[in-house]
Amino acid sequence: MWLPASKQLQRWFNQRHRVLTCKAVCVQQLCISSSQFTEPCYDGLYPGHIPTTPIQKALLAVGSGVAALQNPYRHDMVAVLGETTGHLALINLRDRMRNDPEGYTILIERPRIRLSTLDLSKMSSLPDGSFGREYFRFLEDNHVTPDSRADVKFVDNEELAYVIQRYREVHDLLHTLLGMPTNMLGEVAVKWFEAAQTGLPMCTLGAVLGPLRLNASRLQTLFTTLGPWALQNGRRARCVLSIFYERRWEQSLEDLRQELNIEPPPIMPSASKKRST
Amino acid sequence: MAVSMRLLVRRLIRLSHRNVAVSRAAVLSRSHCHWEPLFCRSFSDDRNTHFGFETVSEEDKAKRVYKVFENVAQKYDIMNDAMSLGIHRLWKDMLLHAMHPQPGAQLLDVAGGTGDIAFRFLDYVRTQQEQKRRREARSMQLQSWQEISNSYPTIDEGGRQESRAVVCDINKEMLKVGKEKADGKGISAGLSWVVGDAEELPFDDDQFDIYTIAFGIRNVTRIDQALQEALRVLKPGGRFMCLEFSKVTNPVLARIYDAYSFQLIPVLGEVIAGDWKSYQYLVESIRRFPDQEEFKYMIEDAGFYCVQYFNLTGGVVALHSGFKL
Repeated sequence: MWLPASKQLQRWFNQRHRVLTCKAVCVQQLCISSSQFTEPCYDGLYPGHIPTTPIQKALLAVGSGVAALQNPYRHDMVAVLGETTGHLALINLRDRMRNDPEGYTILIERPRIRLSTLDLSKMSSLPDGSFGREYFRFLEDNHVTPDSRADVKFVDNEELAYVIQRYREVHDLLHTLLGMPTNMLGEVAVKWFEAAQTGLPMCTLGAVLGPLRLNASRLQTLFTTLGPWALQNGRRARCVLSIFYERRWEQSLEDLRQELNIEPPPIMPSASKKRST
Repeated sequence: MAVSMRLLVRRLIRLSHRNVAVSRAAVLSRSHCHWEPLFCRSFSDDRNTHFGFETVSEEDKAKRVYKVFENVAQKYDIMNDAMSLGIHRLWKDMLLHAMHPQPGAQLLDVAGGTGDIAFRFLDYVRTQQEQKRRREARSMQLQSWQEISNSYPTIDEGGRQESRAVVCDINKEMLKVGKEKADGKGISAGLSWVVGDAEELPFDDDQFDIYTIAFGIRNVTRIDQALQEALRVLKPGGRFMCLEFSKVTNPVLARIYDAYSFQLIPVLGEVIAGDWKSYQYLVESIRRFPDQEEFKYMIEDAGFYCVQYFNLTGGVVALHSGFKL
């Protein structure tokens, strides 16, 4: 009795796997002749895409969650967790972007925030208080670079893959907008904001588990001032992914905050590099 | 016969895919992907081989396999334990048990990378020597004074050759990891590490008593060449032993194994080693390797005698053995 059922199940797995590999193989067949070692063509729907079955996605979600909890410095695991659990939230985000005229432009033009696309020298010459100057200052003070984001691998829709890539690239800009440094407290505050804004399960998980690594005084700061501010602003702010930041470097930071409906931060946690426990 | 039918069917499917792809290509106009020579290629005798389920040229395969093992070298042993739930240790122990090396044997472990077989070999041989010495010591206690004094010259005769293990691998990263393991275990005597290609070994003829290749031969581009090299470097009477993933005979186990391979192993690769594609290659390359009987014929074709195979874990792994006579 269970044997025919398991046969059906196996047949369904094989079919799904075959469909996915067929899709990939069809794209591959166009590209096989490249005898150079660096492949200009790629598998799947976008560069770096790896087609996966629902079971694989579930296993990946569980595995990456465990790995990220064990070792929070494994950013690739956090990224995989976000991709495998965020399908509904990504659809929601994309629809919000589509309904916003600027967001719609972003979805069409697909800008990327990378060192190669940013003109850092021009940004550093902008006046103080402008968004570009403050972003440049943030990059310098915290010794970060916009190129450190992992590529998207497990999202099976090309537009949603762009949305999550944009979310990752906008994360640093959010730090600037919210005025939060990259220490643990700043990261948790930004995660709370993102969780309220995007609804991505990975953000919610990070928001819930992040505070566990804070000491008592920082926890107090989080729960009394920073936390409620982040949540409130996350809920009422305009969709942060719908802003074409690349065209707004000259705009004043205060202006931008007002446009997005974000209050300035109540306190500025110091930009120390120590990871507090 | 069944194999050639399968190949034919696969080629027909590939051709039909290509027909669809060709019409699509005309619309897509990918200038950097030349599909016209591709169409002719299937009828020319340009050397193509498989890389997992992909078709690549032979030079490409070697480069891509190198890259795969370069990426996975650091986490190779952890991944082996995770993927096989530790059973790979039992498989390697069975290989040693079947090998039953005697003290003084010279081993060449090809694609030996992190040194698992070589370490086990040295352990085995040393344990045997210990046991022999203990046996001799025990037997001496019952002898008369005359007999003991007669046996003095024969103890520690030193003329006997020490057993030696040479680990040969094409990939320097894997050898590096192996050397670090050896240093950690404190093993240095009787062990050497050589960079070399299984298709073109850097050794003279008739050098080794035992040639092993564990889970490496499916990554070799020209398996027949590797087998001929194995024949060349073995002494007459030497033994060729190969551990490799093979076809599962039991149909129920086969389905479970397939589901496990394709669903779980790449996920483990992504989570533990951060590399999905290398482990996808691993499970695909297992499916592309010939089955037990076909591989046995290939070994016989290379010139080995008394070729036999043993299935381990229901055919998940097969141990092939042959002699150079």
